[in-house]
Amino acid sequence: MSLTTYIIFAIIKLAIVLFVLLTAVAYIVLLERKVVARMQNRWGPNRVGPFGLLQPLADGAKFIFKEDIIPDSVYKPLYIAAPMIALILALTSISLIPFGENWKIAGYHVPLEITAFWNGNSIQDINIGLLIILGITSIGVYGVALSGWSSNSKYSLLGSLRASAQLMSYELSLGLSLVGVLLISGSLSLRQIVDSQGGSIVNWNFFGRLQFIAFFIYIMAAYAETNRIPFDLPEAETELVAGYHTEYSSMKFAMFFMAEYCNMVTVACLATILFFGGWHSPFEALHIAAPALWIAISPVFWFVVKVFFFIFLYIWIRGTLPRFRYDQLMAFGWKFLLPLSIANIIVTSLVLALRS
Amino acid sequence: MLHQVLFIIFGVVCVAGALNLLLQRHPINSALSLIVVMGALALLFLLLGAEFVAAVQVIVYAGAVMVLFVFVIMLLNAGVEEHTRGSRVAIFLGIPGLIAFFIFMCWAIGSNGSALGQARIGSFYVPTQELGIALFREFLLPFEVTSVLILIAIMGAVVLARRER
Amino acid sequence: MVPLSWYLTLGAILFAIGVAAFLVKRNIITIFMSIELMLNAVNLTFVAFANHWHQVSGQVFVFFVMVVAAAEAAVGLAIIIAVFRTRETLNVDQVNLLKL
Repeated sequence: MSLTTYIIFAIIKLAIVLFVLLTAVAYIVLLERKVVARMQNRWGPNRVGPFGLLQPLADGAKFIFKEDIIPDSVYKPLYIAAPMIALILALTSISLIPFGENWKIAGYHVPLEITAFWNGNSIQDINIGLLIILGITSIGVYGVALSGWSSNSKYSLLGSLRASAQLMSYELSLGLSLVGVLLISGSLSLRQIVDSQGGSIVNWNFFGRLQFIAFFIYIMAAYAETNRIPFDLPEAETELVAGYHTEYSSMKFAMFFMAEYCNMVTVACLATILFFGGWHSPFEALHIAAPALWIAISPVFWFVVKVFFFIFLYIWIRGTLPRFRYDQLMAFGWKFLLPLSIANIIVTSLVLALRS
Repeated sequence: MLHQVLFIIFGVVCVAGALNLLLQRHPINSALSLIVVMGALALLFLLLGAEFVAAVQVIVYAGAVMVLFVFVIMLLNAGVEEHTRGSRVAIFLGIPGLIAFFIFMCWAIGSNGSALGQARIGSFYVPTQELGIALFREFLLPFEVTSVLILIAIMGAVVLARRER
Repeated sequence: MVPLSWYLTLGAILFAIGVAAFLVKRNIITIFMSIELMLNAVNLTFVAFANHWHQVSGQVFVFFVMVVAAAEAAVGLAIIIAVFRTRETLNVDQVNLLKL
């Protein structure tokens, strides 16, 4: 595949994925409000459109029409750039996620991943895809740290320091919990990790390869990375006014909001890829005959179902658990999750060494 | 052709970031320019076939060490740099020495330019597995020593930054 | 197809700018950042030579340089915080007496 065809297909895939992602982010906000409301025995938004389905449009209109206040004493370049950094990084990590095998469109093989191409007889992915996603998570700390400092307000500064310290502490456990998966699949490329889990549901890294401890460490560290309950102390309204986005209004606040939900989607996608077999169907071992259209759609269908389940898990936990205090949060990250993830690496490598 | 264009773009970004670090007066602007330099250097590492080193450069250097610098600038509330008189020795000996060193380096590189040859994309590509094998077989002792070094650095930083009781 | 000497020249330019910033700037934190810039220039030279001689050990050494730079940044910034607590200044010219 030549460079120009790759770029044209990448731009088309990028436009489709961005459109789907931003719509999904808007509707995840609505889903969260409805699900948390039903858990609290009330209705949630149901006035705007049938079952409240046009509520994201109303929210978007509200954000656009709100007055964009920039306080006088902020450090303007960083104040305007910080939410953009957060949103750009959150959207970039979607480009590395594979949604399925390739589709044959008009004679070209088009892999269902923005950063992959067909090199004649197989799909060529980025060899260090997982490391790039970890790198994007590491740089994402800047969006939080710079926004709090540039707001020139003590609540924002304290909130952003707390949030940055939390992010950096849980990045360690996040990275180490993925080492078990890497040892088993032997590659950093996301597509090869999913391919090593093919065959049947027993091959998935959560079930047959016994990475359930790594999965729970990953989920807890990822909840702390995306600042969700039970780890959302830096942005709770009852603490520190609103943390690092106190001084932001309308579109910039909406950018932080969208970045948080995009990060949720990325975490859910990574959890399915690394631990739950990606786009493989759980009934794959049964070898049920299916029409060609279903075989083409089924990877995307199963991927979306699994991602939806993880987002529902996020919202379910949000409706159920109280939040950690800051010292409990840091103690949990450093004194419990980090030794547990190192123990997981040791046990996984021992089992792998004894088996071979 | 593409290699040359990419190298020139990232090289210009590196030099512009480094000059910005030199010319800015507020340390936060210098820190942000240094982050840009490190990002451009990571992309240059990718051009030279070092993919894992590029990823580690972003994760460790730009994502952890520079965050530490930004934290310290935020906590100590470093303001715009005051224009005090610098050290005379540094300016009158250092800058000519630096220029002489730089001219010598350019002469050394230029006179050996043909012997150094070309760097092609893909001529030397190190997969992460090979780097890991080299790191854990030939370089095992330095690896263990660096882990002790990091432990000492952690203890030192905790003790030095502690408030006197 | 880029001559290797271009990469080495870029490393030399970055190193020279790092030394110039070290000599000229007066803020302790900026001086530290110029040291990091010098270390990055050296990393680029190491990776360029690893590419030229087709050896992995150049990249392994870059690894170690990064580890040492991270450890040095941590301890150095802790020292800066300790100095700031007593002297209340970040200007290198005003930290010129051993005892206040």
